[in-house]
Amino acid sequence: MSKFATVKTNNGINRSIAELFRQMLEKQVIKAVLIPAKQPSSQMVMQTLITNPNALDTIDPFAPVSAVSSAKSAAALTNRSSGEPIAAVMRNCEIRAFIELVKLHQGSTDDLIVIGTDCLGRYENREFLKLAGEQKELTTAFLAQAAGDKRYEKVVGAEITTACKSCLYPIPKRADVNLCIVGAKPGEAIWLEAQSEKGEEALGALGLETTDEVPAGRQKAVDKLIADNSAFREKNLAAFAKKTENIDGLSAILSSCINCYNCRVACPVCYCRECVFVTDTFRHDGEQYLKWSEKRGKIKVPTDTVFYHLTRMIHMSTLCVGCGQCSSACPNDIPLSELFATVADRTQKRFEYLPGRDLQEGQPLATFHTDEFNDVTGQVK
Amino acid sequence: MDENAYEPTIIAFLCNWCTFTAADLAGTSRLTYPSNVKIVRMMCSGMVDPKYVLKSFLEGADGVLIGGCWPGDCHYINGNMKARRRVALLHEVLERFGVEKERLWLRWVAASEGNMFAETVKEMTEQLKKMGPPSTKQRAIA
Repeated sequence: MSKFATVKTNNGINRSIAELFRQMLEKQVIKAVLIPAKQPSSQMVMQTLITNPNALDTIDPFAPVSAVSSAKSAAALTNRSSGEPIAAVMRNCEIRAFIELVKLHQGSTDDLIVIGTDCLGRYENREFLKLAGEQKELTTAFLAQAAGDKRYEKVVGAEITTACKSCLYPIPKRADVNLCIVGAKPGEAIWLEAQSEKGEEALGALGLETTDEVPAGRQKAVDKLIADNSAFREKNLAAFAKKTENIDGLSAILSSCINCYNCRVACPVCYCRECVFVTDTFRHDGEQYLKWSEKRGKIKVPTDTVFYHLTRMIHMSTLCVGCGQCSSACPNDIPLSELFATVADRTQKRFEYLPGRDLQEGQPLATFHTDEFNDVTGQVK
Repeated sequence: MDENAYEPTIIAFLCNWCTFTAADLAGTSRLTYPSNVKIVRMMCSGMVDPKYVLKSFLEGADGVLIGGCWPGDCHYINGNMKARRRVALLHEVLERFGVEKERLWLRWVAASEGNMFAETVKEMTEQLKKMGPPSTKQRAIA
């Protein structure tokens, strides 16, 4: 059962949240906070590890940008933990990916307070930089527009990523504390939701009054957001799946792939410490290339492109959280997030697995039992 | 025999301890089975990396057969159960791109079941002949 507390934001949402973290730092509830913040002499907002309360004036946790999945940043901080308590502010896709990395022993929740944020989507980095250069208070305008404030309708002007428009899980459920803005008026007040015991303790340390009741209007707004995203997703993915229903279709959309592997570098759940595709296994002899070409008269170079993407689907599709970082990282605008989403839908259904749902739930390829999936062989002794 | 008749190629990854031994037994028992199958001996069905299966199809195989020990009989305790989950996963990924799951078989064949190995290969060859070549065979895929 989660608990809610109300935080007034009349002085600006960032200043109110900064005040919360200032108290947590000063009361030594945490030693540091990992939080999106504006970078010096730039409009860019990146995750920043803040230890000095006076440095909190640059934070911008609801900025509609995520240049790197924070799941990787949080994993880097906790994999070999300092032992000091840290808070990390993340979107739900990042929290879900982080939970998967913890299962893979590449991160840990032991010394971490996970602070979720309701997510209304992000812009591509290029778009964000352009818009942030044009508009001083981009985050305020973005949130007000999403909350239906007519004054901001024309102000913002770009579209969030396709992956974000298709997101079925914009609201964190497995954070310790969630910063809720959906259903709230972000210019007046937001809600803090404690989603775990650790979260309740944190709210207690801040001296906030809590209630068991879900704030008025929240559930309805959440349901609408998810329904809208779901409708977009269904339509968009059905069209994409049709286009790639055979190997020809798959080859066609991957024909501009340059084997840069940006998609797997950006992928928060691509877990191999060294990718097999950069090892000697794929450093072929000249003779090998000739053999491949002779077999069918021609072969595209670089080779192993379709093979690479299919292998990635085998490795990460059951863990794919649909964050869209693969699409954002692709220099040739290949619709990778749609590609992986349509595969992930199938593979996650097959294993009845939802990444990030539960830290205790074993990953599909790391658990197995004697009596299961008997339909694969169709043989029963 | 018609020289132009379609002859599917099956790549078989067989566990050393059971299905490969069964294939050997089929041979020593003078059982006949189609020569469409090309056998690769593995130490365990759990050693069949999904990449081997993907590569086989991308290189133009018509079908892939993985042979392992019956559940409970794995020489390495549970390699066959890992293989089973991987094949379930491969079925989903391959079918998404039009490679039918009937082209990838996982079968449990014990070392003593030479007869069953020959029957399995016959059955699979016949099924693939009915299905015709897969979409992956038509073009060079890189």
